[in-house]
Amino acid sequence: MSNSSQKQSWWYNARNRSLFFQVLLVAMLVGFFWFIGSNTLANLEKRGISTGFGFLSLKAGFGILQSLIPFDESNTFGRTFVVGLLNTMLVSALGIFFATIIGFTAGVARLSNNWLISKLAGVYVEMFRNIPLLLQIFFWYFAVLRALPSPRQSWSAGDIAFLNIRGMYLPEPILGPHFNIVGWTFVLAIVATFFIRRWAKKRQDETGQQFNMWATAIGLIIVLPLLVFFALGAPLSWDIPELHGFNFKGGMTIIPELTALLVALSVYTGTFIAEVVRSGILSVNSGQTEAASALGLHRSKVLKLVVIPQAMRVIIPQLTSQYLNLVKNSSLATAIGYPDLVAVFAGTTLNQTGQAIEIIAMTMSVYLFISLSISGLMNWYNKKIMLVER
Amino acid sequence: MTVHVTSPSPSLPPPASSVGVIGWLRENLFSSVTNSIFTLIGLFLIYKLVPPAVNWALFQADWVGTTRDACTSDGACWVFVGVRIKQFLFGFYPPSEYWRVVTAFSMVGVLIAWLLIDRTPKKALVGAFTIFVYPVIAYFLFYGGAFGLPVVETYKWGGLMLTLILATTGMFFSFPIGIILALGRRSSMPIAKSISVVFIEFWRGVPLITVLFMSSVMLPMFIPEEMQIDKLLRAMIGIIFFQSAYMAEVVRGGLQAIPKGQSEAAEALGLSYWKSMTFVILPQALKLVIPGIVNTFIALFKDTTLVLIIGLFDLLAVVQAAFADPKWLGFSVEGYVFVASVYWVSCFSMSRYSQHLEKKLHTGHAR
Repeated sequence: MSNSSQKQSWWYNARNRSLFFQVLLVAMLVGFFWFIGSNTLANLEKRGISTGFGFLSLKAGFGILQSLIPFDESNTFGRTFVVGLLNTMLVSALGIFFATIIGFTAGVARLSNNWLISKLAGVYVEMFRNIPLLLQIFFWYFAVLRALPSPRQSWSAGDIAFLNIRGMYLPEPILGPHFNIVGWTFVLAIVATFFIRRWAKKRQDETGQQFNMWATAIGLIIVLPLLVFFALGAPLSWDIPELHGFNFKGGMTIIPELTALLVALSVYTGTFIAEVVRSGILSVNSGQTEAASALGLHRSKVLKLVVIPQAMRVIIPQLTSQYLNLVKNSSLATAIGYPDLVAVFAGTTLNQTGQAIEIIAMTMSVYLFISLSISGLMNWYNKKIMLVER
Repeated sequence: MTVHVTSPSPSLPPPASSVGVIGWLRENLFSSVTNSIFTLIGLFLIYKLVPPAVNWALFQADWVGTTRDACTSDGACWVFVGVRIKQFLFGFYPPSEYWRVVTAFSMVGVLIAWLLIDRTPKKALVGAFTIFVYPVIAYFLFYGGAFGLPVVETYKWGGLMLTLILATTGMFFSFPIGIILALGRRSSMPIAKSISVVFIEFWRGVPLITVLFMSSVMLPMFIPEEMQIDKLLRAMIGIIFFQSAYMAEVVRGGLQAIPKGQSEAAEALGLSYWKSMTFVILPQALKLVIPGIVNTFIALFKDTTLVLIIGLFDLLAVVQAAFADPKWLGFSVEGYVFVASVYWVSCFSMSRYSQHLEKKLHTGHAR
């Protein structure tokens, strides 16, 4: 009798219980991984696949449609990884840029007091948000860009830029010998503006004297590099694409895969960003705007000093998660053959080498690294802006 | 003595420019110079885009016929979609067995409608039937192999049917897994918590394509050779894991919104952890996150198109494959518009439903 009650009390002790469950959980996990590991080893042995990352230094033997660094057949599989990663980063960066512009425009337009504009923005958001991204990519690539004319009948813009079925041909800037001085002036101007802004804010906080930051910033960042540019004798020329036979030579080529992916990604993500912006602005209590107006602030000051800082607190975390979605969605590139990380590395390289486990693991860790580091950054930022609140 | 009675003269009607159609126009479209310019730009856009699109899709379109010769006008040729509609809906499922698919989907339609519409009797019984009995019936209807139904191998499944199967199974299994993961993430047991966190963050951090690649390339390595499973099931497993992680985050949002007093009160009444969860916390938390659940379902529904990359024939893949038919070259726009409208109608109505629910459920907290 006493024995059983003792046993019961042991079992009903919360600490013992949680210890028991966790030991069980660990045992199950170890068993699961042991099962997977032993199966994998057995399967690999049966199929005669050797493991390890040695394949990365082997010769790739295939070309890649678009590469930001020099690449040809004689380069290694390791380099295909870098090429793919750079292409993913290129389309993500451009996509984030355009999606932000589209999203902020549509989000603000949806709150416009112009009935027609707000309805149009609403139609855009509801239309493109509810259609799968892959379908949109296919539409732009197969239905729109494939219907463009052949190189000989290209559409041209002032005979310097051309658009045809093979892609978009733009003039390429060729930098002269001392152009880097202009670049450095620009960087220095940005740094200087940053410090001047800090000084101006401090002075205003202390003395109330205002400083015309806008004029200073424009003068430093735009006018100064331009002066340097012309002082150096305008060291910049353009390489304009020209039609030779059946194709264009020279200039910069934007492959249609990139265009289709970019348009689809920006339009699709733009709808989500528009909703984020709208909810962010709506989240600022109207009492805030009224109070600011009652204090006599001008309408533009109300926006800049009261509404936007508070809306940003809501917008930025959601915006980041939309950016992350865009980076992850850029992997749909593989469906139309844009050479991103998944298409080049988890596609072609995997088929050539058969090293499925290593390649999928490397690909996943890249995305995981991007996601986790950005969400880590976001948590830090969230904590920081939360402190500003009362 | 005269009394001066001064009564106010009746108020004048508001000026014609501030009421009625003109007033509305002035207020909403032409309130300032910038606004007027925007309105004109908007009108120009509508004029440029809408009439050609409507003409193409409706007034100048061909609707009847069985061959390409029926496509005579300038507009869309919906004959292309009409001829292949069965393939778009059922993939390569044998036509003599279509009734099985139709039965299975009609059943689930009735069951879900029963559960969603207010004031239908015996909700608990119907719910239990949907969760425990219906999946078995659906499995035998789709796959066959019992009750005299011939087996239909999964490589013959396709079209809208496959899309719906992937989305609903993904949802069905990810729901309980997601709840367990969400509870795990909020658990006080450090090991359970860290396992849940790692699981959730891992699947949320990678794109669905790599998950599908993983399930089609790596999964066969993980299991003994004699246990190999077919491609559809592998894709489903990938989707379920991926979806559970998202579901877990939605449920966690609901759990966090429940005041601590609720679980303390349950504990004070002597309820065990599981009892307090099942009877006190989860019913409230899940009710709060129904809109969120609908939203993740919409996302999953759109994401099922990705299975075409690993070679499954969902709606988009079947339509895409139909473009390659030499008899029907050049009808890709019609095909894409058809798929887009199927997805758009479903997703838009679901999102409207979720907004409606949000409003309906919000009333309890309104001040």
